Amino acid sequence: MEAIDIKLLRDFRRLWAQALAIALVLGCGVAIFLTSFGMFRALEDTRAAYYERNRFADVFVTARRVPGHMVEAIAAIPGVSTVETRVTGSVVLDIPGREETAVGLVISLPNGGLSQLNRPVIRSGRLPDPDAADRVMVNAPFALAHGFGAGDVFSANLNGRKRPLTITGTVLSPEYIYTLGPGALMPDNEGFGIIWMPERAAAAAFDMTGAFNSVSMSLTRGADEAEVIDRLDDLLEPYGGMGAYGREQQVSNSFIDAEIASLRSTALILPPVFFGITAFLVNMVLGRIIALERSQIGLLKAVGYSNWEVCLHYLLLAGLVAVAGIVLGWAVGGWLAHALAELYADFFDFPFLIYRVSYDVYAISAAIALASAGLGAARAALSAARLSPAVAMAPPAPPRYSRNLFDRMLAALRLSQPAMMILRAILRWPVRSGLTVLGLALAVAVMVAATFTEDSLDKIVDAAFFQSNRQDAILYFTEDKPISVLEEIRRLPGVMAVEGQYYLSAELRHGHREKQIALEARPEGSDLARVVDERGHVVVVPENALVLTRRLATHLDARPGDVIEVEFQGDKRQTNELPVAALVTQYFGLGAFIDYDTANRLFRQAPQITMANILIDPRHEADLHARLKDMPGLAGTVMLTDTRRSFQETIAENVLIMNTIYVTIAVLITVGVAYNGARVQLSERARELASLRILGFTRGEVSAILMGETVVLALAAQPVGWLLGWGISWAMTEGFTSDLYAVPLVLRPATFAQASIVVLVACLGAVLLVRRRLDRMDLVAVMKTRE
Amino acid sequence: MAWPIFRTEGVTKVYDTGEVQVHALAGVDLTLFAGELAVLLGPSGSGKSTLLNILGGLDRASSGHVWFRDTDLTALRERGLTRFRRDHVGFVFQFYNLVPSLSARENVQLVTDVAREPMPPEEALGLVGLSHRMDHFPAEMSGGEQQRVAIARAIAKRPEVLLCDEPTGALDSKTGIQVLEALKDINDRFGTTTVVITHNAAIRKMAHRVVRFQDGRITEVEVNETRLAPHEIVW
Repeated sequence: MEAIDIKLLRDFRRLWAQALAIALVLGCGVAIFLTSFGMFRALEDTRAAYYERNRFADVFVTARRVPGHMVEAIAAIPGVSTVETRVTGSVVLDIPGREETAVGLVISLPNGGLSQLNRPVIRSGRLPDPDAADRVMVNAPFALAHGFGAGDVFSANLNGRKRPLTITGTVLSPEYIYTLGPGALMPDNEGFGIIWMPERAAAAAFDMTGAFNSVSMSLTRGADEAEVIDRLDDLLEPYGGMGAYGREQQVSNSFIDAEIASLRSTALILPPVFFGITAFLVNMVLGRIIALERSQIGLLKAVGYSNWEVCLHYLLLAGLVAVAGIVLGWAVGGWLAHALAELYADFFDFPFLIYRVSYDVYAISAAIALASAGLGAARAALSAARLSPAVAMAPPAPPRYSRNLFDRMLAALRLSQPAMMILRAILRWPVRSGLTVLGLALAVAVMVAATFTEDSLDKIVDAAFFQSNRQDAILYFTEDKPISVLEEIRRLPGVMAVEGQYYLSAELRHGHREKQIALEARPEGSDLARVVDERGHVVVVPENALVLTRRLATHLDARPGDVIEVEFQGDKRQTNELPVAALVTQYFGLGAFIDYDTANRLFRQAPQITMANILIDPRHEADLHARLKDMPGLAGTVMLTDTRRSFQETIAENVLIMNTIYVTIAVLITVGVAYNGARVQLSERARELASLRILGFTRGEVSAILMGETVVLALAAQPVGWLLGWGISWAMTEGFTSDLYAVPLVLRPATFAQASIVVLVACLGAVLLVRRRLDRMDLVAVMKTRE
Repeated sequence: MAWPIFRTEGVTKVYDTGEVQVHALAGVDLTLFAGELAVLLGPSGSGKSTLLNILGGLDRASSGHVWFRDTDLTALRERGLTRFRRDHVGFVFQFYNLVPSLSARENVQLVTDVAREPMPPEEALGLVGLSHRMDHFPAEMSGGEQQRVAIARAIAKRPEVLLCDEPTGALDSKTGIQVLEALKDINDRFGTTTVVITHNAAIRKMAHRVVRFQDGRITEVEVNETRLAPHEIVW
């Protein structure tokens, strides 16, 4: 090994603490990049492969009842490649050993076996006999949640009759990668299952013999999806078509889309912060090393090393730091990605996971890491290259202090000499001071951004579950019922209060923009489920008008006063024009609201409801469920008490994990910046501080000067960090918001305080580490060394 | 005396510090011959270090010419000067300038790695009597030993010229004499042209010629008829 390389390795070993502090920051960036980018790719690749292998459909639609012969007309739509018709229906399940009702979605299996599109993957057992009326397959997660295997039996309320169904096997389907039951916010594999039933049996159960109510189709390459959807809607209009939609509105698919988008925004927002800080730290530390090694640089040049070789020598030092960071980042990132993949396996039901963070992601992360260290090293290394050997041999000129405006201002403040020394040093190197402030501010910002997620989720839970939806359970019917059905429900055991709610699927149009949504209507005075605005006030929907959620309004480019064209779908085929009365903020879905009486009047009908909201007396809950399991006309139930609890549990768990990660990140950044900053200052000012000690200053006074500078900068970083944190949080709300949900920007004073405390404590800890070196400083030796 | 190895003609060096101009060299004409040991003598600030730096290609003259054999150093660009230093010049500095993180052997190796036909680092260290200290780090050696490592480093490339800036300046007389012995030995054995800067007048007695500096100019060049061996010098 060449001597200059030996020097390189020894220098690196000597600088291990500083190198480690930088490598940890860089490693964080690499790990987050690897994890988020890797998972983003894994999710996208896995989904694409799954869709391809199992022929996930391109367009979906449900309708009331379509005669079987219509399939030819549908297949004749230009651009349609394969059409598959099905019978689907929601049923209430009675699962042995489970007190509460569960909900099942029945999907028919074609007579020939597995469907052509959305082809399920058989995980265990076998297909049911096409002629069997009581043999079904279920989705694997549902079976797993109940410990079901082939041969196990549960009951379903099919068309008013409770029937035992025997499981012949379990499957997974590309249509249900994210299995969300009706009205649910998170997958609940115990409470919601998908049931594949032979076509004949399914048709009999839902009165669909010779007909179908669900269509999925694949399109030919280059087909115009919007055009196909329009034609399909026209064809199905007489049969109660509910509006066709493409993949992007398919529930399971759109949840994966949202997850992919949030991974992508994490990959784009966070890592650059770490790479930027790394560049700054490398710049600061290497700048100091080169100042210290001036005479060695002179020597290298004197003995014949070229400028380029000297420059390379220092670039390689930064390169070693980068390599340490990359190795750390790869190790942590690999582990994190693996952990996250397992989390995804819980969350998403894939039959396989293509998790290979490909070599190029590793390579890209390493390239960015090297580039950021190189960028940081460039200025210092170039200055080493430019240093003329004769100048390098001579001691450096003392830094130019002169009296300027700042000094006159400082003088006017009549500060103590130590305070003056601190402030002068800060003002003398404004770029370095500024970047230190920025680095520490980013640590604060990361903390703010992490805590903000928790606060906004709290806000969502409060708004959704304690302000708007206060019912314990929702009962929904197989078809709309007259409002008088509420009397029947009121008589069920344990029901303390009941209110009706009416849903109408409709396409809203404003100008050239359109959106398919469910219009909600609630009888006047409804108290269990309400529309609440962001200030917590109940919004009353005026007659003959609409209230839109803000995101829907943005989507439609509509403002209060604008007139919206509402095309009702399903049974209620008609189009009306209604003005927008007001906008409200809602975090889930893209809802719209209409006055209950107006809705019924539009259709000239007696008051109807789609579902009932109830309050349950916990003492009679078991009795209530027993009755619900046998209740005819009931399509399913949503237990909001369960939803609330599982939502809060999941949040609490995730928040704990995320907070731990982000606090670690913030501490690493702070220590990286503060420790290196203080070390560089100590190195620069060792003689000055030793002189003060010799002049009679105490250890405490001298370290106060050293620590003072970092502490002043750390304090200055707080407001900047708050502002940056606000910005990052805002960017995250934008990145996370989709058609499915919105994330409100909630920032409480406590969030800022917590971020500041973590960063200031970490900062103080880092500086105290350096102070120990100051305390152990050999005064005589320091004064003897030649700068 | 043999043929000239360095020749300078009207060399000046002006340092511009912004507020004042410092004339470090104010027209120096000097010829140095192959194999000679010259001592440059003068008070600090008289310009001798500046001249040494220019001769060694560490610095450039503001005006005038410097020839190394037939090469005009003043006409060389950065790359040419690096090449020149790498192939022809050995330096010894007052503060040794060893790399603290490298052992004696590795400090010498630093030069042999880039030189054209170097001697092995062990041989160079043997020449200065440090065969037994090869694996010690600078911090583990005395000042005299460190300076001898620096000399070994300078001669390991078999340079034609050895430029020494106050080689004994940081040493006591006993160790200083050891260092001067090493320099004289190299000069005698290899015929390496050796230039030694000092403000210690006693050292002049070992030189072939003594060049006196004052205010950036040469005031006197004196030829020693009888040279003393370093161990005969007292200061």
